[in-house]
Amino acid sequence: MTAATAHAVRLGVRRGWTEFVQSLRSPQDQAFYVVTALGTLVFLWVNRDDRVEGTSLLFPTVALPSILGALLAFGVVIGPAYALAMEREDGTLLRHKALPHGMQGYVTGQLVYHSLGLVPSLVTILLPGLLLFDGLMSGGAAGWATLAWVVVLGLAATLPWGMVLGAVVPSTQKVGTWGMLPILVLTGISGIFAPVQALWGWLQVVAQVFPTYWIGLGMRSAFLPDGAAVAELGGSWRTGTTVAVLAAWTVAGLLVAPRVLRRMSRRQSGSQVEAAREAALQWVR
Amino acid sequence: MPRSAPLPDDPVIEVRGLRMTYGSTEVLAGVDLTVAPGEVVCLLGPNGAGKTTTIEVLEGFRLRSGGDVRVLGVDPAEGGDDWRARVGVVLQSWRDHARWTPRRLLTQLGGYYEPYSTPQRPRPYPVEDLLETVGLTDAADRRIVTLSGGMRRRLDVAVGIIGRPDLLFLDEPTAGFDPQARRDFHDLVHRLSDLEGTSILLTTHDLAEAERLADRILILAGGRIVADGSADELTRRVAGSSEVRWSIGGERFVHATADPTPFVRRLFEQHGDAVADLEVHRASLEDTYIAMVGRQGAGAEAPRPLAGSVR
Repeated sequence: MTAATAHAVRLGVRRGWTEFVQSLRSPQDQAFYVVTALGTLVFLWVNRDDRVEGTSLLFPTVALPSILGALLAFGVVIGPAYALAMEREDGTLLRHKALPHGMQGYVTGQLVYHSLGLVPSLVTILLPGLLLFDGLMSGGAAGWATLAWVVVLGLAATLPWGMVLGAVVPSTQKVGTWGMLPILVLTGISGIFAPVQALWGWLQVVAQVFPTYWIGLGMRSAFLPDGAAVAELGGSWRTGTTVAVLAAWTVAGLLVAPRVLRRMSRRQSGSQVEAAREAALQWVR
Repeated sequence: MPRSAPLPDDPVIEVRGLRMTYGSTEVLAGVDLTVAPGEVVCLLGPNGAGKTTTIEVLEGFRLRSGGDVRVLGVDPAEGGDDWRARVGVVLQSWRDHARWTPRRLLTQLGGYYEPYSTPQRPRPYPVEDLLETVGLTDAADRRIVTLSGGMRRRLDVAVGIIGRPDLLFLDEPTAGFDPQARRDFHDLVHRLSDLEGTSILLTTHDLAEAERLADRILILAGGRIVADGSADELTRRVAGSSEVRWSIGGERFVHATADPTPFVRRLFEQHGDAVADLEVHRASLEDTYIAMVGRQGAGAEAPRPLAGSVR
């Protein structure tokens, strides 16, 4: 890394931090965090006495780790996708293109901002969850350590793909169809709300190609007692495979994202921003 | 930092035969233009003439179809970060950085120029001075989303000049300004060019603005530069460039002439004090503009040899 790049990365970290603090202070984002957390906790509370079939575990104990995993995978793909699509249209990106090493700073800022943004969305569910439901974390210190690496690796495996998605969608309005829909389907089949074994065989295979399933599995392996692994595919937490799959997605993401981002940046121009503005004004009318 | 700095007298912008085609549409059909160091040049032209395209090619935001382009001695298509640091671009943004404040945003974006600071040209511009310069000191800590349109544009200008650029591009900088904001902006451009020696290329629709700001005016029409000169030179180039109006016994007359003085003398010789309501108007830049752009339009529709004879 050259000195100028290092300088831009430092500015990007500051940018990400500033955006994070601004987001925490924004009533809009606060409402988002609170509503997501409340919805999840109410859902778990209503089902608090259900036993999970074939085990002695309560529903919230199994569902909460899975939901955290899904939130992670969903949040860091859709979040950056929307942000990037929007900032391509509103001129944020063009401003950075006009700066020396600006794109490096911008991308760093995005990575930092969306990584940090994960903290409140997980903590607002996890902390009240620990108070509301007994026996949530049975792994102790080792469990927390597992949680930490699953979060970090899960982040690395998915966040670059959120950036790729944001870079290739034609417009902000299309993030819903191109991004939200497939990701929701993926989340649906990834064993978050129902065990993956309940699906058709080919769908199980599809689910296991994508990182969402593995992040959920890793989360359960962090929180649940070892005995609960019998309920999983193959009767094991498959920790080695989890690491391998998530690492593969990370490497692929790190190979693809910079290329796609460079291509997107090359195409940025004032007229493109102007066209998006016209389109958006039409949208409002 | 080693860089092949062009000699001080080399043009900051040199364009020869710039062409731009989209599919089968030719937007630029061989544009030639030169901007000298410290010069303020204004690009005028009707909508769709290719002003924005030209500027975007020079900014390095758009790849050209053909022609030779040098900006600060470098082909903008290959301009690296060192080149970027010397070029300022005022963008027409609209809702970006809504949660930021002007002070925070300028501090953040200015930071990128720190590695390019030299004793002769310290970079970036100090944020407080810049806020003062563009008149945003009082709004420095307001969220950008709450700024008025005029304030936003001034912030855009501040972002464009924070790196103390050697060359500044402004694409329709005063669109949507009220007269006071426009006046303030013109003062700012004068200050930049006089005090900082910044070369400036701007586009506008406003002819009065072009006349006030520019050392030289280029008129772009039909994908070519059809006129190049100071406002004075351009007006003189239009034949019958003055208009004399008068009335005799309540009847009004108008006469167009290249040389109003002898005409008016003869008028008095003939009619003496009966000449009333006498007015002599030099052709305005607007007349020139309409004449030049109109001529181009007629030329574009007529067969080529005819277009030649019209000129």
